[in-house]
Amino acid sequence: MHYEQVAHFASTYGLIYFIILFAGVLAYAFWPKNKEKFEEAARRPLEED
Amino acid sequence: MGLVLAIAGIMGLFLVANAQDGAMAFHGYLFVAFCALGIFWMIKRHYDEAAGLVEVEGEVRYNNAVVRAGVIASLFWGVVGFLAGLTIALQLAFPELNFHLPWTNFGRLRPVHTSAVIFAFGGNVLIATSFHVVQRTCRARLAGEWAPWFIFWGYQLFIVLAASGYVLGVTQSKEYAEPEWYIDLWLTIVWVVYLLVFLGTLMKRREPHIYVANWFYLAFIVTIAMLHIVNNLAIPVSLSGSKSYQLFSGVQDALTQWWYGHNAVGFFLTAGFLGIMYYFVPKQANRPVYSYRLSIVHFWSLIFLYIWAGPHHLHYTALPDWAQTLGMTFSIMLWMPSWGGMINGLMTLSGAWDKLRTDPILRMLAVSVAFYGMSTFEGPVMSIKAVNSLSHYTDWTVGHVHSGALGWVGFVSFGAIYYLVPKLWNRERLYSLALVSLHFWTATIGIVLYITAMWVSGILQGLMWRAYDSLGFLEYSFVETVEAMHPFYVIRALGGLLYLLGAVIMVYNCWRTIRGDLREERRIGAPAAGPATVTAAE
Repeated sequence: MHYEQVAHFASTYGLIYFIILFAGVLAYAFWPKNKEKFEEAARRPLEED
Repeated sequence: MGLVLAIAGIMGLFLVANAQDGAMAFHGYLFVAFCALGIFWMIKRHYDEAAGLVEVEGEVRYNNAVVRAGVIASLFWGVVGFLAGLTIALQLAFPELNFHLPWTNFGRLRPVHTSAVIFAFGGNVLIATSFHVVQRTCRARLAGEWAPWFIFWGYQLFIVLAASGYVLGVTQSKEYAEPEWYIDLWLTIVWVVYLLVFLGTLMKRREPHIYVANWFYLAFIVTIAMLHIVNNLAIPVSLSGSKSYQLFSGVQDALTQWWYGHNAVGFFLTAGFLGIMYYFVPKQANRPVYSYRLSIVHFWSLIFLYIWAGPHHLHYTALPDWAQTLGMTFSIMLWMPSWGGMINGLMTLSGAWDKLRTDPILRMLAVSVAFYGMSTFEGPVMSIKAVNSLSHYTDWTVGHVHSGALGWVGFVSFGAIYYLVPKLWNRERLYSLALVSLHFWTATIGIVLYITAMWVSGILQGLMWRAYDSLGFLEYSFVETVEAMHPFYVIRALGGLLYLLGAVIMVYNCWRTIRGDLREERRIGAPAAGPATVTAAE
């Protein structure tokens, strides 16, 4: 593989890969069904001793 | 387990008998001693347990003993590491302090300092706090009975082998990865057991969701294993000699080294300590984390970006330009998750800001997060090639590292230790909060002296290196730039001394707390009841 090919692959598919990954993370973090689970988790350190 | 130790001990004896060099023989003896003490301790514990020594606490029998040991080890190695740092800082200011001896030479003591503070102090803090946090947030006892103790003692053996090796001249000359092949193999065994114990505890959890602090700890353990193995691929000259040769060479070796080196910062000194932040800041402030959702975004973006940033250590070298630019770009993108995390940590205090005035432990934690924000702002700036052409190889880099190390890693660790000591030893509170406050101010002044001195000296150094006269010759010889550094090196050593003093105050405070003493003092921020109760520390 030549440098141009690697650079092209990185700047196109690399970009798409990271955007999809980030969209996935955002979707997981903001999914309405997860809201309750996360709120419960946030209180966890305060509940145990 | 006993059998394994016995076989390992016999292997150690074999090393002693066949050692090609003095250091290897010495390390063989250490290894034999470790195995012998381990077997002795196992037998002793077997009889102790038969006598009915059981620790009961609520519904879950937490393994607190190994966390206690980790806290004591952290305090010990912290003082050792800071002392080593002060020593080499003084050697730079006053070269006579090298004493013309090979063992006390700056080149050998410098890795003693870096490894002692990062791996001995930081590593023990991470192991101890991760064991504490994973048990509490999973409401499950630590997996395994022997394994946590093997991790603790095995890790201490690694530290002693590495540090004594440096002093004796055993090094593979890779920054932050100086230990030779056999010490690396030993650490790999210890680390895999650490990963298994952590995963085992997560699997035993009684909660459906894994708390975010554990994500950071797990990322730290897994990534360090990967980095450690790949960067230390080497072939020993002889199985009974300490010398080995790296598998990679040239620019490949350099890139692997800085992929390792930068992610040691990203996953050891950042991800691991963010695990501490996400547990101990909410705990000490008695408030849930500001945004749990932000912590999730923080986690995934941090770990996916950090791993690419290493090439910024190799600007203007034989590394291809595109790789340098890639490293720089990812470093700049790291601003986002770093500041997201900092905001999340600081905003956890919203509604509890008044506690900053009355609770010096929380103040320490909050300032550590502020230093995290500051050094993760400075780092990307320095990774920009134009800035790097001035800052690289100068003291600016040293100052940057120490604002992260002393401010962020140090303070968040101190905060966690101050939280843990009364809790683990079942004390009502710390011996003295006034001493915590004194520690805070001593260390803060130390840091400010350190980083301002290094900023001035680094920029001065960089400008002197690139100054040309009217005929196009370099204006200054190298030794002139060294001479110009002297006053800043003295100020830096003074800053280091203050930081060390702060740590000694902490050790004293923790020791009195463990003994069960309580100092009579008024609450900080409360009106003075009378001159008699005003403490000397204030």
